[in-house]
Amino acid sequence: MKIFVPRDSAAVSIGADRVAAALQQAHPHAVIVRNGSRGMLWLEPLVEIEVDGIRHAFGSVQPEDVDALNLSGDFASSPSYLGITHELPWLKSQQRWTFERVGIIDPTSSEDFLAHGGLSGLKTAFAIGPEATITQVTESGLRGRGGAGFPTGIKWRTVADAQAAAHSGDPLGSQVHKYVCVNADEGDSGTFADRMLMEGDPFTLLEGMIIAGFAVGADTGYIYIRSEYPAAIYSMQQAIDSARALGWLGQSVLDSDFSFDVHVRVGAGSYVCGEETAMLDSLEGKRGMVRPKPPLPALEGLFGVPTVINNVISIGSVPAILARGAGAYAELGTGRSRGTSVFQLAGNIAQGGIVETGFGITLRELIDGYGASTLSGRPVRAVQVGGPLGSYLNEAELDTPADYESLLEIGGMLGHGGIVVFDDTVDMSRQAKFAMEFCAEESCGKCTPCRIGSTRGVEVIDLIINGHDKAGNIELLEDLCEVMRDGSLCAMGGLTPLPVLSALHKFESDFEPAGKERA
Amino acid sequence: MAKKRHEEVVLPEGEFDQEITILIGQLSQEPGSLLRCLQRIQEHFGYVPESGIPVIARLCNVSKAETFGVLTYYSDLVTEPPAQVTVRLCAAEACQAVGSRELESEWESLCAGELVGESVATKEVFCLGNCALGPAAMVNSELLGRATARKIESLVSSIVGGS
Repeated sequence: MKIFVPRDSAAVSIGADRVAAALQQAHPHAVIVRNGSRGMLWLEPLVEIEVDGIRHAFGSVQPEDVDALNLSGDFASSPSYLGITHELPWLKSQQRWTFERVGIIDPTSSEDFLAHGGLSGLKTAFAIGPEATITQVTESGLRGRGGAGFPTGIKWRTVADAQAAAHSGDPLGSQVHKYVCVNADEGDSGTFADRMLMEGDPFTLLEGMIIAGFAVGADTGYIYIRSEYPAAIYSMQQAIDSARALGWLGQSVLDSDFSFDVHVRVGAGSYVCGEETAMLDSLEGKRGMVRPKPPLPALEGLFGVPTVINNVISIGSVPAILARGAGAYAELGTGRSRGTSVFQLAGNIAQGGIVETGFGITLRELIDGYGASTLSGRPVRAVQVGGPLGSYLNEAELDTPADYESLLEIGGMLGHGGIVVFDDTVDMSRQAKFAMEFCAEESCGKCTPCRIGSTRGVEVIDLIINGHDKAGNIELLEDLCEVMRDGSLCAMGGLTPLPVLSALHKFESDFEPAGKERA
Repeated sequence: MAKKRHEEVVLPEGEFDQEITILIGQLSQEPGSLLRCLQRIQEHFGYVPESGIPVIARLCNVSKAETFGVLTYYSDLVTEPPAQVTVRLCAAEACQAVGSRELESEWESLCAGELVGESVATKEVFCLGNCALGPAAMVNSELLGRATARKIESLVSSIVGGS
């Protein structure tokens, strides 16, 4: 008998390790597999029992429930029984590409990875060659999943066409080469897809990096992981060690004449290092400060050499695209947002977790459908899409399709696909002030609008909330936001006005001193 | 007054210089390794002693100012020995939506009165990646979902009591 208990950090945070230990004690002969999470986080720890190759799910299992679990076949008599896992409507209705193996395989097992189609994307790339690989990625319509939405194929083409370079400050010395850097500094509140992919299917990320390296002619990759993700750091390091031992990394990848190696680098608690050029500075051991562009990192990136920088989900989607076909991927989605997006339902939500499906599903379908509305049972009042720099949306805007362009049209942004739900107890003036406080705290300090503007923003919002010359100070705040938007070097200062002004304009009553009584 | 360009600057030896030299001697030879050197030192001591800045700078071949700059830029890096237990409370939006502000004040009032308070440091962080099961907290390296002040306290007590 095989029993699956997730090792995912979210599952462990509510007791999965203790459940696994209790199960092992109660069933000493059972094989306990620590898989990734299926993404139904509200049902964690979600235990699965495999019988005749079919997996049956039990939700919210606690150590004390283990004895009551009837493992001998009459599952339905257990109160926590949910049904056959892959038949559960919440999962069945999704279109899983990037997350196709997450929750299914043992992330530490390269055999399991191979048995579920691992490396077939890389083998395709090797068969068709670098040029055709880039064409496939371009034709799939894949765009940056970190937030900027830049077409991945075009980025790769730019790096492929760039002259490999040498730089005196490079650890690889005088070697003429290129880099692939994966941005795993997933600092946006409400996002956890990068973490779950790294913990649940780390080999896929490595496969994507090798494909990227092969396509653009790079020889070395870095994964920059935030320090808040110790389990992901461990999981990626283990996967790299296994991949080296198996000949998937290092000299002659899979016995080809292509060489590629990958290293993990750990962040040190700075949000702005998720901005790609600040990440490069941090990878170079410096303060993680934003660089002006140009030069584009694709031409002068890490240590001054041409560098591909992709988000975990972007690069983690490439293996499935090559394995299952760029055309099939591009058929999903809507408008210029092709393929699937890994949405993350977070905050005050009854059924939080991962929903991977084609772009264009509405926010309401995600929040009321998959998410089953708020955890508190109170009405939804505000939703923040795209992390701390994303707009606050009101209830009426929830019929907006979740894709890059539709959200831009209503003054929002999709960002990394995180959706944070607030119920009607939220005080939006407080959220607006927090957006400025967060910017002040995390600003790298390089440009004035962001460094000074954020602190001034906190002060001005305080004046507004306290009813001090409200009209005049609102005008001042709007002016300040314009300066930050147009004058900042990067998205940190440039987009902080989005949550601030959307809160102010859509929830104006919260900015009345009397509005404080409302909640 | 100005030092001659070629005159060797002899820096006073700090208390930890030898240990630091052993720790990062090799790593520091890699270009761009300053941050990793600081992380390794912190992993070893629990913090980065400020008296070590001159030797770190010399080994990494960067200025003391740059070393100090990197050390103080990153919120993970600290220059004082940490408390026995560090409680990190997530203060970002997804956790705010499920009561992280209330949790923080509850936890602080719980800490104020009790003995464990002295060996515990509480730190506000932005996002622990557990946004569907907030409020999130991290006690040393252990992540808690649906955190309550009582849950945090019992974990803290097990660490303090177990030592």
